Amino acid sequence: MLQPEKPVADKPRPRFSFSGWGPLLGLILLCILATLLNPSFLSLDNIFNVLTRTAFIGIIAVGMTFVIISGGIDLSVGSMAALIAGSMILVMNALEPRLGAGTLTVLVGMLLALALGALFGVLHGLTITKGRIEPFIVTLGTLGIFRAVLTYLSQGGAITLEQNLSDHYSPVYYGAFLGVPIPIWVFLAVALLGGLVLNRTRFGRYVQAIGSNEGVARYAAIQVDNIKILTYVAVGICVAVATILYVPRLGSATPSTGLLWELETIAAVIIGGTSLKGGSGRITGTVIGAILLSTIGNVLNLTSIISVYLNAAVQGIVIIIVAFLQRGRR
Amino acid sequence: MKTILRSLVMLGALLMMAALAQNKVVMGVSIPAADHGWTAGIVYWANQTKGELEKMYPGIQVIVKTAKDASEQANQIQDLYTVNKINTLVILPYESAPLTKPVAALKAKGVFVTVVDRGLTDPNAQNAYVAGDNPGLGKVSGEYVAKQLGGKGNIVILRGIPTVIDNQRYDAFMAVMKNYPGIKVLDAKYANWNRDDGFKVMQDFLTRFKQIDAVWAQDDDIAVGVLKAMDEAKRTDIKFVLGGAGMKEMIKKVMDGDKLITADVTYPPRMIQNAMMLTAESRVKGTAMKTPTIIPSVLVTKDNAKEYYFPDSPF
Repeated sequence: MLQPEKPVADKPRPRFSFSGWGPLLGLILLCILATLLNPSFLSLDNIFNVLTRTAFIGIIAVGMTFVIISGGIDLSVGSMAALIAGSMILVMNALEPRLGAGTLTVLVGMLLALALGALFGVLHGLTITKGRIEPFIVTLGTLGIFRAVLTYLSQGGAITLEQNLSDHYSPVYYGAFLGVPIPIWVFLAVALLGGLVLNRTRFGRYVQAIGSNEGVARYAAIQVDNIKILTYVAVGICVAVATILYVPRLGSATPSTGLLWELETIAAVIIGGTSLKGGSGRITGTVIGAILLSTIGNVLNLTSIISVYLNAAVQGIVIIIVAFLQRGRR
Repeated sequence: MKTILRSLVMLGALLMMAALAQNKVVMGVSIPAADHGWTAGIVYWANQTKGELEKMYPGIQVIVKTAKDASEQANQIQDLYTVNKINTLVILPYESAPLTKPVAALKAKGVFVTVVDRGLTDPNAQNAYVAGDNPGLGKVSGEYVAKQLGGKGNIVILRGIPTVIDNQRYDAFMAVMKNYPGIKVLDAKYANWNRDDGFKVMQDFLTRFKQIDAVWAQDDDIAVGVLKAMDEAKRTDIKFVLGGAGMKEMIKKVMDGDKLITADVTYPPRMIQNAMMLTAESRVKGTAMKTPTIIPSVLVTKDNAKEYYFPDSPF
């Protein structure tokens, strides 16, 4: 009875699991269809475009996977990204006269972003665990707060990075390493790290144990509150990393920055096979889910066989079909 | 004699009351909260005009309130009436349909109502209407694009959010294109009046079409994303990008003779100022207000850009 880790440990390690191939199958089918509709879908440039775009949602979704597996949720990620982007730009602009429009200023901006992400995560975690408020409510509250503060800071307009800084910072989004855009590398690194932490560390096992049965986890002397707080810190840091990549893209933050990212992120996680009720999940699934979501948008832009008025319906249908494929494989 | 005297006194009292009532204009201004560039401009100009009006007409009281959605706005105008005792309302409705009834209720109680930009579904609920010219924006944009291309070339269109406003602009633009069979509209997709979607949609247009001569982005925020996408893809076939609305950064580019942003078409948030000024004038002086008043969408080029550049406005 008091062996809470056993059910988790007994599960086959998802090292080479085929159970996650529902979404992958969906993605492959979608790619074949897209290529038939427009061969330029398969061009390297387009594939890089899609993956680079996916990086924001994908990176946040990796963090979100931990939160959801532990039985929580974070609805604030989009607003948080917007607020971090705005704060980062304001601070970098303010530092430019003193530190110059160079690497140092950009680095300070990045560190600030990470610190803010971690701080917001700690605040969420503490309010949820020590304050005993449902995560849905806490993060719904901060969803409003973060975006309102950004809107206030920007007076409803745009917060724009100084041109010199923007030029210096832009390679972080537009640059490439070994021919592959930087955001894709970062996405890959975050995903690998996430998979490693989830499947190969004690923290990862604890997260899964808490999600499958919190009471049992408590009896097994797992520090449930601390683990939960750490999951919110993880998603906060992921939001910060995504924002660090986002800011150089347009060099500005507006009240529409990160709008609805929370839904896309949660959708990516769930499409990827993580249970919304918590307990188990896969990082590879999340990554595929995120890629699938942005591929749908890309395919719709590359063709005009479907009326633009029906775009959202097509997205809805694909999401439900993929969820169905996955259900069949369970 | 007595009756004449009494009538005179009565008349005097009436006149005084009327004069008092006219002097004591309490104007409520209800507008959407600044949640994107254009509404930020509305908030800026409303507050700016409040100061100017109070200087221009001593005794007038102007209360500016912002709402984050239609139902908040409906509650807000009720509060403006019961708490602030307004007798004049200038409102830019979040949405037309849900606000028609609440506004009509206020008008029935004797409040003078000026509706701005988005007309109510029942025109009887308003005393005056001041609006921007959405079909005009489409028409002016279409004519500019056709002229710049010499009636020949490939264009792509980025639309806003599926709404009446967007349809009016798009339909007017396409009506102009009918006269120019040499111009081919490759495709039109929604970019939701924001920068990120402008970037994404343009990237995909660039992947899909190898030869594009011009882009009609319809909106300056979308145009920001379009420019970034073109810059990244290093495409040189596109001769110009036409946005719209009159964002200060874009007007500045036009003023400085930018290569790609050669012009802009206005849809000025400053129309709230026109509405407030005209309403105040009519209320204080007791003159009738011309309705509807249409604020035309005009073409901004290098020659006249200076008149449309407001560096202090957030938009």
